[in-house]
Amino acid sequence: MPRHALVCLLLASAATVANAAPPANDNVYQAWGGKAGIRAVMEDFVPRLIADPRTGPFFKNVNRENLTTQLTEQLCQEAGGPCTYQGAPMKLVHQDLDIARRDFNALVEILQQSMDAKAIPFAAQNGMLARLAPMHRDIVTSN
Amino acid sequence: MRRSVLMLSVALLSAPALAQSNGKLLLTGGVSSIDGAAGGGLTPWAITGSYASTGEWGATAFVTRASTDNYGLLTYGAAVGIGDRVEVSLAKQDFNTQSNLAPLGLDGLHLKQDIVGVKLRVAGDAVLDSDTLMPQIAIGIEAKKTHAGNLGPTLFGPLGAKSSGTDAYISATKLFLADGVLVNLTLRATKANQNGLLGFGGAQGKGYRVQPEFSVAKLLARDLAFGFEFRAKPDNLNQSVLGSGALKEDDWKDIFVAWAPSKHFSLTAAWVDLGSIAPAVQPKRQTGSYLSAQFAF
Repeated sequence: MPRHALVCLLLASAATVANAAPPANDNVYQAWGGKAGIRAVMEDFVPRLIADPRTGPFFKNVNRENLTTQLTEQLCQEAGGPCTYQGAPMKLVHQDLDIARRDFNALVEILQQSMDAKAIPFAAQNGMLARLAPMHRDIVTSN
Repeated sequence: MRRSVLMLSVALLSAPALAQSNGKLLLTGGVSSIDGAAGGGLTPWAITGSYASTGEWGATAFVTRASTDNYGLLTYGAAVGIGDRVEVSLAKQDFNTQSNLAPLGLDGLHLKQDIVGVKLRVAGDAVLDSDTLMPQIAIGIEAKKTHAGNLGPTLFGPLGAKSSGTDAYISATKLFLADGVLVNLTLRATKANQNGLLGFGGAQGKGYRVQPEFSVAKLLARDLAFGFEFRAKPDNLNQSVLGSGALKEDDWKDIFVAWAPSKHFSLTAAWVDLGSIAPAVQPKRQTGSYLSAQFAF
């Protein structure tokens, strides 16, 4: 099989499992201290995101309070909590921005700072990141 | 070696169009293997060396010292990563046989080797595709040239080894992010004897053999990992004019801890088991320490 055919096949199989169903349990949600714990991390995260020169430009026109609320709902849902993210689809809100993989990784690093600041255990950090990382397919627009 | 320095220069000169930066996450560029390619310590991984993400370039330099009961290996080198896609690496190895070859009149002999590596990521993202089993996949080559000193006339004569050889490999690396566990499998087609330090092929075994190499690592923290590696090797010189088993070689294993206090520096310490090395002159199993420092720019 030619290599590009193999790559296409693998990418196709990867795409079918993207946008995966909610997690089977709420372990990550509980480890983060429920919705209040998630909100506390997001309240730390959003100001860092806006202040950091790597990510700030992408968020210069956003409403802080709204962003904090939407992120809390989204992470709560991804962690297996009783929440439903009702914001715009990830692909839609990022498609007009020039977001490279390094920008996505910068956001991950800032989230790691906030998780550390709020003493989220390392395993629970990874549990959340594993749910969020596949969103790079909808968020990263320039390769 | 001049040609390889030229290759590295060309890689560097083609880079200025890209930003020099460090857009990858901590430790996701791996450490420097003894052959120069980014990976674990004994085996290359599918990850691209340095912290360069898409649209960036980066470089690493390393020095590694392995000391077993009766031998010492010093290796150093550098690698350039371009766009998280291509990696070019150089390494120089100096294997000190100490007094083990004195019975052959080769007391204090150093076996040296130069290695040029090129690696290409062909699919996948080891880190971010955490909702699939799809690993990151890369293919690579390591072109090796051995300098056997006064052992040369024997090694490249009656023993039938060649002084240069090229390994080709395919690696698959997957980080199971939720569990913080990284797994790598590399299949290497090689003729190398003791990684090339004893040349390539032999009078009784000249062809390529495909050998598996396996690594597993657990992230204890963002900057700290520990793990295990296994590297299978051919045994081309087992049956030689020096007698059956005189130059028998074994698979390699190690248990390692890697620590990256910043994106500019990492330290890897390991316990290595290199098995027998020329058991006719030194029957003792060679185990010992491994310490590697990597600088990233």
